[in-house]
Amino acid sequence: MHVVDVPASLDYRNVEALYGAGTLGGPGPVLFDARRLRWTDPNGMTAILSAGKAAEERSGIPPKLSAPTDPDAISYLARMGFFKAAAAVFAPPLPRGRTRSGDSPVLLEVTPVASHADVHKVVDRVQSRAGAILSHNLDYPESAVVQFSVMLSEVCQNVVEHADAPGWVAAQGYNWTQRLGRRVVVIAVSDLGRGFRASLEDEHSERFGDRWSDATALEAAFLMGLTRFPDTGRGQGIQQIRKQVRRWDGLVSIRSGTATIADSPSWARLPPLQDGLGAFPGAQINIVLPQRIANGQ
Amino acid sequence: MVNSTIRPLRIDVCALSRSAPASRRPHMVTRPTGRAVRKAIEDRLAASPPEGAGDPSSRVGRLPGRAHPSPVVVSVVDFTRVRVMDFSCADEVVAKLLLRYLAPDRPRNVFFLFRAADDTHRHAVEQVLERHGLAAVCDMGAGRFRLLGCASPGERKAWAALEMRRRIRAEDATTALGPPGARRLRRLAKRRLVYAEADGGVSALSSFATAGALSVAEERRGAE
Repeated sequence: MHVVDVPASLDYRNVEALYGAGTLGGPGPVLFDARRLRWTDPNGMTAILSAGKAAEERSGIPPKLSAPTDPDAISYLARMGFFKAAAAVFAPPLPRGRTRSGDSPVLLEVTPVASHADVHKVVDRVQSRAGAILSHNLDYPESAVVQFSVMLSEVCQNVVEHADAPGWVAAQGYNWTQRLGRRVVVIAVSDLGRGFRASLEDEHSERFGDRWSDATALEAAFLMGLTRFPDTGRGQGIQQIRKQVRRWDGLVSIRSGTATIADSPSWARLPPLQDGLGAFPGAQINIVLPQRIANGQ
Repeated sequence: MVNSTIRPLRIDVCALSRSAPASRRPHMVTRPTGRAVRKAIEDRLAASPPEGAGDPSSRVGRLPGRAHPSPVVVSVVDFTRVRVMDFSCADEVVAKLLLRYLAPDRPRNVFFLFRAADDTHRHAVEQVLERHGLAAVCDMGAGRFRLLGCASPGERKAWAALEMRRRIRAEDATTALGPPGARRLRRLAKRRLVYAEADGGVSALSSFATAGALSVAEERRGAE
């Protein structure tokens, strides 16, 4: 059995641990060993699900998941709906976990996205919760809940319209006291679809010639707004997400194939483009929205 | 003076999105929802009675001087009761709708005005218009109208001057707007951003939007 070691702390900065070359092993069964896991965010959770699904597709056998030994981690993952979503990917048994009274509210549990109806459900669900979290935690104006909903809608539609495969979305607020000195909201969407390169290949690869790769495909979608559809109206979603995230001084990055592209604010310091990473068959979109500071951002 | 035979047809997008069989969603998100709402708007426009039929308040005007006049509708597409509208949906409901009725084979002689509740909606409308190189008149509330989307500085200047006057007679175009005024107004009329009368005069679309809109109740009945 091939064992994938899940780090003790897993977020957008180190999800590569799950995607690295050869991580998912060959044709045999795979065990995701998450016993050391103490903290993760929506990127970590959706990455574990995607990596698990990729392992299943590769081996034909549902992978196993060794759950964290830390009861707080179990409780948190249960509250985030992780185990419910994991039941569709990993072989039983999985812990059910218990939530405790006083737990902070979840902005958006790990939610499968496979159809436009799921996008509506996501938007419906965050309406009642996002307002309080965005205004109280991030000091955003009341109207931000609409912009936040639009962003979630567009990012989820990317799965439905372009991936041709189901995915997951999750969002939660955190207090990054040590890392940033501010609170943040993290949104992650992950799918195991065909990725940006395959999605754009038929329509756009020719113009890039020998340069065509996962990295240039991401540049085409992220920077130029290209899509596989000839319709001029397509491709606005990612462009508008970038604009809105920039207005909020946030971070947005997309991981697909062997590359990552990012719009990174000064506090995040991510390189704009990375290539030659471990192959990830699909796409993972990461958005981090920081608390507004007094003089504007 | 505004052509009194032309009346606006107000379309409450919120009511329509909740009643359209293919939609029935509280929020204007996703492309299929946008398509369903656009189809419902087109059905509503097709079903609106020509002049002389039904309730006088829902009459539509006719281009004067034609033996068999084609009915003219100034449709006010009202987003004010919509809370969330994403760009995919706006692309279908705003841009695709305009493209359909700008085409020479348009199903009906309709002019469009969009009514936005706030900057979020205005932004979505503006972005999808720019993506397609389109422009549209948007009612921002409190009597404020804006030309959104792609327009040249000259077009914007001519549109703003017409907006102030509501109507400019053919013989006054050069006096009111300078030498290129008449050409700019013709260009705006071709883009269906103003209404060109048979006598050569030009009216602002906003003048029709405020000239006796349908009641919300009547519109809701129409959407059901």
